[in-house]
Amino acid sequence: MTTTPNAITPSDLPAQPRSFLRRWSGADEIAHLITLIAAAALLLIAILLVYQLWILSAQARSQFGWSFFIKEVWDPVSGDFGAAPFIYGTLVTSAVALLIAVPLGVGAAIFLAELAPPKLSSALTFVSDLLAAVPSVIYGLLGVFLLVPLMRTTIEPALKEVLGFLPFFQGPSYGIGFLTAGIVLAIMIVPFVLSVSREVLLGVARDQREAALALGATKWESTWKVVVPAARIGIFGSVFLALARALGETMAVTMVIGNNPKIAASLFSPGYSIAAVLANEFSEATGNLYLSALIELGLVLFLLTFVLNGLARLLILVTTERGSGVLPS
Amino acid sequence: MNLRLAWRKSLNVVMLSMTGLCALITVSALFFILGYLVWNGGKDLSWSFFTHLPAPVGEEGGGMANAIVGSLKLLFLAALFGVPIGLLGGVYLAEFGGRTMPFLVRYTADLMNGVPSIVMGIFAYALVVMPMHHFSTLAGGIALGIMVIPTVLRNTESFLRDVPRSLREGSFALGANKWRMVGTVVLPAASRGILTGVLLALARVAGETAPLLFTAFGNRYWSPGFLQPTSSLPVVIYTYATGPYEDWHRQAWAAGLVLLGLVLVTNILVRAFLTRGTAYERT
Repeated sequence: MTTTPNAITPSDLPAQPRSFLRRWSGADEIAHLITLIAAAALLLIAILLVYQLWILSAQARSQFGWSFFIKEVWDPVSGDFGAAPFIYGTLVTSAVALLIAVPLGVGAAIFLAELAPPKLSSALTFVSDLLAAVPSVIYGLLGVFLLVPLMRTTIEPALKEVLGFLPFFQGPSYGIGFLTAGIVLAIMIVPFVLSVSREVLLGVARDQREAALALGATKWESTWKVVVPAARIGIFGSVFLALARALGETMAVTMVIGNNPKIAASLFSPGYSIAAVLANEFSEATGNLYLSALIELGLVLFLLTFVLNGLARLLILVTTERGSGVLPS
Repeated sequence: MNLRLAWRKSLNVVMLSMTGLCALITVSALFFILGYLVWNGGKDLSWSFFTHLPAPVGEEGGGMANAIVGSLKLLFLAALFGVPIGLLGGVYLAEFGGRTMPFLVRYTADLMNGVPSIVMGIFAYALVVMPMHHFSTLAGGIALGIMVIPTVLRNTESFLRDVPRSLREGSFALGANKWRMVGTVVLPAASRGILTGVLLALARVAGETAPLLFTAFGNRYWSPGFLQPTSSLPVVIYTYATGPYEDWHRQAWAAGLVLLGLVLVTNILVRAFLTRGTAYERT
């Protein structure tokens, strides 16, 4: 065999690329390792978060035990702390928010998924996404200067007039309080209910709607009796997700709830929430026990949202194959 | 029978228009908020708002230059800390991961995304402020950085997954190794989507107040370096809105307008331009 200068001999062919390949496949492992470290860092942060909350709340946990959750007293001076008013305020404001936001959000989602032409639907979804991006301190600003005076002079007296026989709508109107905080929260969580519910409704197979219409159902009957029930688990998921948001929401609530650690049946009375007391008192907490009690409140809030979020993801996972891919970030 | 049909038809019209009304109320909330802020904050925006330090307490005038710079510094730190971890973690999930680890990371990321921001503040307080014994820009930046990670990670993963298989196979066929395939083919192909995720995550934490209250704290003067407490736009809006002075309230409206404007403009630009031609329709 004669060798010309530019012919490749069988003996050089594998030699060079092979060593080249070997060198770079080591780099493959390094790349794998680096990205693995980054992913593991997130796990580490999560574990560290739980650990810190647990360790730093140790003093309050050992001092008060379970009574922390039922005591109504919050007295930094004598060092006696109970979480009941804060837990109550958090739950009540979130409940008010859900009562308003769920019908509104699901209704709007039905409109966007079932009725609106695709272009209008995607434009409105865009606006709803923008609404979800508005910082919570902006909601608080509008709450303080617009909603609170409006509640005091108009809405609360009107509610008292009509529904005053119920214990929820009695007592003086301050403007600030559970109801105002609940309304602000409702506006904040509607976009979350809307976008997840819309995705879930869109995921219901077209045949189901057509079958219902072919049987003579009206558009509303096909939507309400066929499509919504088929999507109900995912809609529940969106409600849990919104509830988790509402429980942890801080600034807007802090600015309008009234910051008064009392349990009261009336929605007009000023109250307090877990997140609000953390925002107000954390940086001024003097003494280890005080700080430890506040951190225990943080732990409670963390666990509440953790469980609700886990549940929400699970429910949405059941109804959409994409799982959390549909969730707004 | 006809009566029943008429009832069903009218119910149909009534309920369907109710859903339309729900959508209208929801959507008009945004325009209302924006309009109200422009109305209230617009008249108090002036050049000195952007260039001056706050006036001494009780005096009128002054600006928020230090808060604007403080917010930028916090965002810089958040990006520095959160984006690399989120990005590389996302690459791991999409390209390398095995079986249990990706599931664990994905689930943790989703749950971390739902942790209330005030709890992240406590975490950064325990992590940075307690060992250092004072509030700092660094602590605030870390709090925001941790909040950026899950979003960036999940976004990066989903955009990497959207890159067509044929591109990967083509690059393997040309003899590239996995990391070259990822670094020179897949990542560039997904880069617009990933950038979108990063910018939206930063826009979201730019408006966060709660995690900064006891990490970055606040400051009425310039904050040199990264180890001093710093002012930031969201915290100033909170302090001024809940403060006793009429002039503070006016400035809170102006600052609110600036913050909302920044967040909305970023969101609109990113969603309208960067997502054009990508599969970004989920969020």
